[in-house]
Amino acid sequence: MTSTEQRLAEIRGGVPARRHNARTIAALTGNPGCARRAVLDSAGVDKPKLAARIGFPARFGQSRFAIGRGNAFEAQVKADGGAELLRLVAERLGVDPGGPATWTDLGADDRAGADRSARSRAALVAAAPTGTGEPAALFDHPLLGLDVAGQRVHLEPDLVAARLAGRYHVVEVKSFPVIDGQADPAKVAAAAIQSAVYVLALRELLAAEGHDPQLVSSDVVLVCPRDFANQPVASLVDVRKQLLVLRRQLDRMARIDDLLARVPAGFTADPSADPAELRRALESVEARYAPECLAACELAYFCRHEARAQTAALGRPVREALGGVASVAEALALAAGEDPGEPGQAEAAALLRAAARLRADALAGQPA
Amino acid sequence: MSTLRALAKAQALAAGVAQPVATVRHLHLSPRPLVLVPLAMAGEANAPLAVLAGTAPDGARLLIVPQPRNRDQRFGFAAELAGIVLPYLDSFRGVSEAVPVDRGRDVRYRYVDAPQLLVPNPAGVTFLRLLGRSTRFRRPDGEYPVHPSVPLLGRWLTFFAERAEHPGSSALLAMTEALTLHWATGQSAVEDLHLPAVLGWLDPPPGLDGAQAAARAEDPSICPPAGPATDPDFDNQVLAPAVAAYDEAPDDAARLAAYAELERVLRGQLAPTWELMWRGVGLLAALSPGARVEGRWAGDRDAFTAHAEHVDSGGGPQPRRDGAVAAAVRLHRLERALTSYAVQRAYDDPLVMAEHRLTGEAFVGEVTLADPKRVDDTGKRPVLRPRIQVVTAEPVAVPVGATLYSPARPAQKAKVVFVTPGGDGKTEVVLELSGGMGRGLSAPPGTVPEVGERLCLTTLSDAYLPAGAFPAPEDTPWTHGGPPAYAPGPDPEPGAPSSDGDPVEAWA
Repeated sequence: MTSTEQRLAEIRGGVPARRHNARTIAALTGNPGCARRAVLDSAGVDKPKLAARIGFPARFGQSRFAIGRGNAFEAQVKADGGAELLRLVAERLGVDPGGPATWTDLGADDRAGADRSARSRAALVAAAPTGTGEPAALFDHPLLGLDVAGQRVHLEPDLVAARLAGRYHVVEVKSFPVIDGQADPAKVAAAAIQSAVYVLALRELLAAEGHDPQLVSSDVVLVCPRDFANQPVASLVDVRKQLLVLRRQLDRMARIDDLLARVPAGFTADPSADPAELRRALESVEARYAPECLAACELAYFCRHEARAQTAALGRPVREALGGVASVAEALALAAGEDPGEPGQAEAAALLRAAARLRADALAGQPA
Repeated sequence: MSTLRALAKAQALAAGVAQPVATVRHLHLSPRPLVLVPLAMAGEANAPLAVLAGTAPDGARLLIVPQPRNRDQRFGFAAELAGIVLPYLDSFRGVSEAVPVDRGRDVRYRYVDAPQLLVPNPAGVTFLRLLGRSTRFRRPDGEYPVHPSVPLLGRWLTFFAERAEHPGSSALLAMTEALTLHWATGQSAVEDLHLPAVLGWLDPPPGLDGAQAAARAEDPSICPPAGPATDPDFDNQVLAPAVAAYDEAPDDAARLAAYAELERVLRGQLAPTWELMWRGVGLLAALSPGARVEGRWAGDRDAFTAHAEHVDSGGGPQPRRDGAVAAAVRLHRLERALTSYAVQRAYDDPLVMAEHRLTGEAFVGEVTLADPKRVDDTGKRPVLRPRIQVVTAEPVAVPVGATLYSPARPAQKAKVVFVTPGGDGKTEVVLELSGGMGRGLSAPPGTVPEVGERLCLTTLSDAYLPAGAFPAPEDTPWTHGGPPAYAPGPDPEPGAPSSDGDPVEAWA
């Protein structure tokens, strides 16, 4: 065990590292500037448990209706050896599927993960396009791997389609509807970044076997229910931008030593430690809270509580409109003219004073 | 976010209670609004689960769908909702007034009042829009017949959802937006989407400050979400067993009991939001309306009248997607409405005008000199062109030659003739006035600002914005896809596959 691994193990306490999945990796790209999150995620800390322990439980429950509907839709789409799915994907890619596809189920296996991973690897590599006239190959739930902060993470895309348009395509089956050609932008964005994780993992797998990683298309296929019915519709989503963001964040996490250098010695995020001590420890690593964190990070309620006197907690537009002044008290002091502000703040101070005067005038009933 | 609003947010945070960002109400509030609090089934495509509806605080009616995955029950629910919404709409179709058009040469009619729908949040508006989309193409005949009121409800909900996009319209309002238009909370825009938290800041319960009340409102076990999304814990622990009990009921008695239990738990989730909606209505009603609110509401009444006539005359449902020309016309209309709405709010409300004063689009000064009798006789005909001098302590960012307006005399233009910075930080501005003074060569009293009057001058103009010219759909330029392949007829033949959104949807 290297000293870095040793250090990370100390940080998370006497428990095994929490495994990442595509969703948690995707979430890493949300607030890349946050050191607190980078450290905790690199160490594989159980953040939901940690948040609950320090009195700020996360609220990321999932309704069983949503889970049930998601599973049912996926099963429906993949029925009959993926015949309908193949037609949909091929049509969207504008190619002729050329006969029925081979179907390889890499998910239904009770054997150990390593074995499944090797089987997936062999099957996927064997499907590399060699010429024309081969039937398309569909792989149900292959097991891929990706290194995240020195840790091997297992990933399971819904489906990989090979030998369509001469390339591999990641296919994600999602149960949110596409109504009149439009879907909820937030859900599409989440699906795109999650699919990008799979594209990255698949590319690394091919590269490791001596194939061209560009054989994996950066266009992923999203299969969703159309309108209000259960009929599937396939859409293409270009994830090149997401791949760049992801690559950058993973590289950053790979340089975990730089990150750990800024973490005080004795820092712990062990969920069994004393809550007061945990809070103190967390505060010693800088966070970059923004209201958007509430939807993405289990620790957000704690960070929000900590940042409550900061203008950033009101949202970035508010902070900018207040001349970039960091603390609410300082902004109000500048506005009241009680504090001349630092030399660099002259402009912000003048703006805030003018705003305070105009606001007071208008509220006092001065005619405009 | 203007600096003035951001400052109000900072002040709200420091004070622990929301701060006003408006001195008048900028929207119309009906004395009898139809409040709708919808809930949707998680995971489904806008499948209604329940709604609490009514026009008075003690008049809530609960509608539920015991098994939201069941298509017949969904449309049964839509028919029940139509039974509330359509009579409500019809109740405004009694009295009309005549409106002169075409410079008084003709006249058209509009209803003297119009319906108003209130939902808790923007997601509630989206819910109604999608419910409208899922019902307006249904048919009372054919393969999947529905009650005739269902497509009618769909068309009206679509109408309201489209009005909600129209800046300044009060036909369908999200309560969170209506409240944050008038008050700044000490939380972010993301958190402002949660109605209980917004009201926590506006009206915290005794013993709590706004931040504490808002934090408490975020706990779904204390305060259920304001919908349409439900709390996952509620789904898993309460709703799922209740739906299962209904599904698996062995006989009618058990089914009735299960239905009553579903009603009870869903009412429990909806009732707190219902209370909040009416508290919100009360807070808004306490503000006096801005001077130009009535004019914008007249626009809503016009739209209501026009759509009612369209429906009466057998017009078809709104298309799934606008054609190129219709989309451009719509965008243009929304842009004009947005501009006019921003100007009107500033004219109505000194606190909104203050935002423009801060950015240099307006200034307030005192009239120090006035020559109300000045006549310009350099042209063909002599014209009345009074001049005034205004002294202001505010920065004047307008160039010579610019045209300014004053909310006190919106019909009058003031052209900047001289701008002279004084030594004491004040600025003298000389303005030449035209318009709003009658036709003669002497200005009637009160039409020219007098010495000593405090005057707000702004570059914002509330003048009529002429509509742009757009080609007919059959002349759509090739850059926009060319003329559509089909003629957008008002009512396609029954059963024929219509290109504007056919209901050939197989239902699970």
